[in-house]
Amino acid sequence: MTSLMTPAIVSTVPGLTPPSPTPLTETKTLTMATAINEGLRQAMLDDPKVVLLGEDIGALGGVFRVTSDLLAQFGARRVIDTPLAESAIIGTAVGLAYRGYRPVCEIQFDGFIFPGFDQIINQVAKFHYRTQGAVHMPITIRVPFGGGIGAAEHHSESPEAYFTHTSGLRVIAVSNPQDAYSLIRQAIASDDPVLYFEPKRRYHVKGEVVPELGASMERAVIVHPGTDVTLLAYGALLSTARDAALAAADEGVSIEVIDLRSLSPVDYAVVEASVRKTGRLVVTHEASRSGGLGAEITATITERCFNFLESAPERVTGFDVPYPPARLESHHLPDLDRILDGVDRVMGRR
Amino acid sequence: MSDVSPPPVQLLSLNGERMPRDEFDPWVADLDGPALLALYRDMVVVRRIDTEATALQRQGELGLWPPLLGQEAAQVGSARALRDDDFVFPSYRENAVAYCRGVKLADIVKVWRGNAQSGWDPYTVNVATPAIIIGAQTLHATGWALGAQRDEVDSVAIAYFGDGATSQGDVNEAMVFAASFQAPVIFFCQNNQWAISEPVTVQAHRDIADRAPGFGIPSLRVDGNDVIAVLAATRIALDRARTGGGPTFIEAVTYRMGPHTTADDPTRYRDPAELAEWKTRDPLLRLHRLLTILGEITPEVEAATEALADSAARELRAGCIGMPDPEPLSVFDHVYATPNAVLERQRTDYAGYLASFGTDSNPEV
Repeated sequence: MTSLMTPAIVSTVPGLTPPSPTPLTETKTLTMATAINEGLRQAMLDDPKVVLLGEDIGALGGVFRVTSDLLAQFGARRVIDTPLAESAIIGTAVGLAYRGYRPVCEIQFDGFIFPGFDQIINQVAKFHYRTQGAVHMPITIRVPFGGGIGAAEHHSESPEAYFTHTSGLRVIAVSNPQDAYSLIRQAIASDDPVLYFEPKRRYHVKGEVVPELGASMERAVIVHPGTDVTLLAYGALLSTARDAALAAADEGVSIEVIDLRSLSPVDYAVVEASVRKTGRLVVTHEASRSGGLGAEITATITERCFNFLESAPERVTGFDVPYPPARLESHHLPDLDRILDGVDRVMGRR
Repeated sequence: MSDVSPPPVQLLSLNGERMPRDEFDPWVADLDGPALLALYRDMVVVRRIDTEATALQRQGELGLWPPLLGQEAAQVGSARALRDDDFVFPSYRENAVAYCRGVKLADIVKVWRGNAQSGWDPYTVNVATPAIIIGAQTLHATGWALGAQRDEVDSVAIAYFGDGATSQGDVNEAMVFAASFQAPVIFFCQNNQWAISEPVTVQAHRDIADRAPGFGIPSLRVDGNDVIAVLAATRIALDRARTGGGPTFIEAVTYRMGPHTTADDPTRYRDPAELAEWKTRDPLLRLHRLLTILGEITPEVEAATEALADSAARELRAGCIGMPDPEPLSVFDHVYATPNAVLERQRTDYAGYLASFGTDSNPEV
């Protein structure tokens, strides 16, 4: 038996060369997928109680290669290729957490989270409350989410609102390689369970990554300052929101883009301060509109900032339809023009 | 494979005679008169606790109670086989297991009084809090066992569940995972014949114990009303798990003599003749007969056992009735392990709302 305390090379896969176990130590340009991989590696080096569970996460490195080479570096006792059962991936993580482990579960695709939904909602989210703080659930559940990749059904969904509606869970969505690296480390270190949403269509976009923890995962971040409209986005739509800010500037509209980062709890301090300044709010997400995160945020901001609002907040979201076939998804997903259309509406131009 | 399986393993006859069985006897060779008497005492006490809790529910002191009447041997026999460092993942009916593990009596009913969602700190007695979602705890036990395996200790997880739970996906997934990783876990199924109103024949077309071998898990089917057979089977499974042999499935064939819970009415779906038949196999009666044969039962022993049970009942009642109501603002406690600004705002708002009535704890004043 190998010890968990010492990273051991135990891969038995022929031809799989163990990589250098050196973690990221200097600023590097990485894809988002590689940034998460580096964050996972650092978390596993930091804490021997961190174990990974998921389907195909071992020799293959996950269908998106996010766990590449971790099996070779840390061994099969810490990088666990599980049988194909999502409820059991989450449920056994609960048991591991009971014993003091920090499991990181990979759900292969967003639509596959629902077989594990019961364990997340009824167990992961409630154990700390149920046991009055005696049992911690430091479980991270990684979920590639969102559309735009021309995939089959169940591979393009945005299920985040089911989880933001559930007390006891923290929910974050990353939009760039730096946050991907920093927030996976923060999520794993958190004593609360964290749903960590990865925008799969941005996995291969590159960015500079500094090996630091960065801003707290609870904080929303202003990524483009502005004075006329507050535009909230997260995940894949962040880059579209930035494009919208640049396009609107050409027309004389100054948009303040906020990367929400934490979907639960929402960092209302940052959002409120921005809306008090701009007086206008647009929220965008790929997920369906009704009961979505945009509904919650616009309601809360309306309650708290009513006297500061120049116009009714707008939502630019996916429609209330099941995720459509690939050749229709461009109509369902908010894009630059639909976001600008939302901006026009809060500006009273439509 | 024949559809007629052999009868469950039995080491104690209905008349109270030890029935020899080579592969099981060595595991219970240490059971002398005093050891058997201790098991009997446990069973008498837990039955008395069960009766008292039912009375407390009828008197409005508990919202609900799930009686274990008839399942005393299955629970006491398995629980008394465990080591302190083993970990129990119960359903919601394992009141005797909780008692044997040292859970305080009032804490056993705390959930059913509505004072908390769990009555005890799991780490003080190595018993997880009762699982109400059917079968969910089998995965937790398997995960805990994976942890024990990684920690290189020989502690074992035991998951308790019923015949109804064996239809749940989680239980089947747990067996897949446990077999795949050879996890040190025991799947202890109390087949009490009924899942509320559904007989076991609705869940399974053949013996429940027959399923485990299909997962690659060795299976034992024992008379769940025979405390000696249950103890032997659990010890066999524990030894296998501790020595790297992986999971074991135990079907303890027993009978739920009472209702599913105090909210249930079995007369609507159960033949009274069936209950009468199972009463002849009462687990306490059978062990009492053996103890009588062994000369362990004397008037003094009977009186002392009754006194012990009565004292437990008094302690349970006093603890239940004397339990303070939780503070209103504790509704916000422990949702998260780390501070949460959105929730803190709700707490502050509600505290202000309560205070607006002139007191911070009771809006009716």
